[in-house]
Amino acid sequence: MSEPAPSPAPVAVSPPQVLAEAARLRRTLAGGFREEVVSSIYAEVERVSRRAVRTIGTSGTDLDQRIDHIVTSRWLGLPLMVLLLAVVFWLTITGANVPSAMLADALFAVEDWAAALSASIGVPGWLVGFVWHGVFRGLAWVISVMLPPMAIFFPLFTLLEDLGYLPRVAFNLDFLFRRAGAHGKQALTMAMGFGCNAAGVIATRIIDSPRERLVAILTNNFVPCNGRFPTLILLATVFVASAFPPAVASLVAAGSVVAIVLLGVAFTLVVSWLLSRTVLKGEASAFTLELPPYRRPGVLRILYTSLIDRTIFVLWRAMQTAAPAGAVIWVLANVSVGDQSLAQVVAAGLQPLGRLMGLDGVILLAYIIAIPANEIVVPTMMMVYMAEGMMIDVPSVDALRALLVNQHGWTLLTAVNLMLFSLLHNPCATTVMTIYRETLSAKWAAVGALLPLGLAVVVTMATAAFARLVWGV
Amino acid sequence: MQTPSSACDTCPVHTEMARLGAVTTGVDAVVALAGNPNTGKSTLFNAVTGLRQHTGNWPGKTVTRAEGAFQFGTRRYKLVDLPGTYSLLSASQDEEVARNFLLFGRPDCTVVVMDASAIERNLYLALQVLEITDRVVVAVNLIDEASRRGIEVDVRSLARDLGVPVVPIVARTGENLMALLTAVAGVASGETRTTPLRTAGTADFERAVQELLPMIEAVAPGLPNARWVAIRLLDGDAAVEVALTSGELAALVARQQQPDRRFSDRLALQGAQ
Repeated sequence: MSEPAPSPAPVAVSPPQVLAEAARLRRTLAGGFREEVVSSIYAEVERVSRRAVRTIGTSGTDLDQRIDHIVTSRWLGLPLMVLLLAVVFWLTITGANVPSAMLADALFAVEDWAAALSASIGVPGWLVGFVWHGVFRGLAWVISVMLPPMAIFFPLFTLLEDLGYLPRVAFNLDFLFRRAGAHGKQALTMAMGFGCNAAGVIATRIIDSPRERLVAILTNNFVPCNGRFPTLILLATVFVASAFPPAVASLVAAGSVVAIVLLGVAFTLVVSWLLSRTVLKGEASAFTLELPPYRRPGVLRILYTSLIDRTIFVLWRAMQTAAPAGAVIWVLANVSVGDQSLAQVVAAGLQPLGRLMGLDGVILLAYIIAIPANEIVVPTMMMVYMAEGMMIDVPSVDALRALLVNQHGWTLLTAVNLMLFSLLHNPCATTVMTIYRETLSAKWAAVGALLPLGLAVVVTMATAAFARLVWGV
Repeated sequence: MQTPSSACDTCPVHTEMARLGAVTTGVDAVVALAGNPNTGKSTLFNAVTGLRQHTGNWPGKTVTRAEGAFQFGTRRYKLVDLPGTYSLLSASQDEEVARNFLLFGRPDCTVVVMDASAIERNLYLALQVLEITDRVVVAVNLIDEASRRGIEVDVRSLARDLGVPVVPIVARTGENLMALLTAVAGVASGETRTTPLRTAGTADFERAVQELLPMIEAVAPGLPNARWVAIRLLDGDAAVEVALTSGELAALVARQQQPDRRFSDRLALQGAQ
């Protein structure tokens, strides 16, 4: 231990010498000097603010407090939250049906028209197929399946966000996360995950403790992002709701999406709890969360944020991945090995695993092709099914149902397991990359990808085995 | 009706402001936005730069550093939107982003955005910022909301006590934005002299800081805010000790001059959805 002379600025000083000097000086100071500094700041703060702030009345806060009394109350808080969620999904589902069908009709008409036109001016058949029935069809699917629900869901979500509802959600869920050994702010990052899991992972920066932050990162995938909502909504509409009378069908569809979302939250909590008890041991830390005043949202800004920043951004990303995916599918479907297309060969190879998970080979193939972006799972699946040679013209809900049930042997188990798989399976490539950038650890990025995937395989296998055992499906 | 006089030329209303969006090259000065979470920093950022940084009514929405630019009068400014933070001593990563830039990013002016309804809580950070830099302007935001709740803020009293310009604004509607930018321009150019309020420590403490300062400057030449580093070392802050010995501090300082590139621009702009 060298003890440098206290004279200022020696010619060459090394960092350890600086630390030693700091330690020596610290010993010369009375203990708790820093507390003195802090308390003098607080005294100053009080003095300055007492002089500058005048409170005349307490109007305005009363209403906020009355609302919070209900919205964050012990018994009503959670049910109100679920009800709000259900209303949002119901509006999304009922509102999106008609425009989705119209968009699909229009875009597929364009496909047929353009393909015929190209053929008539002498464009070679394989090129027409590749461009119009491959790339363009991929884009058409993505736009008609995704655009209408997003254009309804995002403005509603942004409205709640601008109103100030999100911190109340965190407040309501805090006790659950605390019991799971996770940070209460994880509720906020989870809410961000509904928009986009990659954004949710970045949002975990608000969590102080590295352990709890890692828990939040690894479990963010269990809330379905907007890329996976269309899958869930479509399945809920086609399979679950169509078993009910039309009057209540949309309610049932919204209800089953809510159920899946709640299941996702449950998985978030359970996996957080498991992580906190095993590899990421520790207790939940305390934190303060401000409940900001409710603010009247700016309508124009909401529309801009939700439509341009969110909807168009997500749609553009989906289109960028859907176009190459469409091309890949076209190639898979049109390159033959023996008397079978490549798609059929691969799907057949995946079939045993698919059956075990209550799905089929085509679904797994679609998931593999859609790794870059979950948004395109359903379109990819449809394209693979259709590319197998069984084209249908109008992609209406009934036609879709007919295609899947009659020609591909889908059952309720297939639909339920596909919803489960969609909820749990590995995050998209962007999210995995973001996990890597945020943790700077290949190990945690791998865990972030494989943990959900493993869980998805196990859960779907379990439900499939259970269903076959009980109902002999 | 009065005829326009020459006073109009120097009136803030007359000075032209131009939103320059995301082009931050060739700027004359750097302005940072600091403040507690959810005080409207991103809203102010958008109003001044014309960008569409994501805003929302909840604390913790901004987690990365966003940069934009504006022109005011003849000078061009880079504006840096920082995550909200309650203190400069905090440990979460979003708050670290804010702290590192305020300490080591060498902003020519730091705008501390305060929520008019919570002056007392917001002052804690403001005083900490005043301890590390003279070049501060305080923006008291959300005055409309405060007055609806019957809270009145005497900005002249605040300005007198803090020793820096204090401007009441409503970032959402752009109210008083020109006055704020005028104050920023004055402080950034050095024309406006400030006398920031400093909470004096004990004499022993000040002596210890003065003894340590030259050594830190010898180890890390050109380090901005060596005083803050000295105080942290005296306090035995392990993170700062490691940063100093590993040379990480120098890298940290250099990084503040670069845009926050750890995320794709679009994700950062989109913010946490």
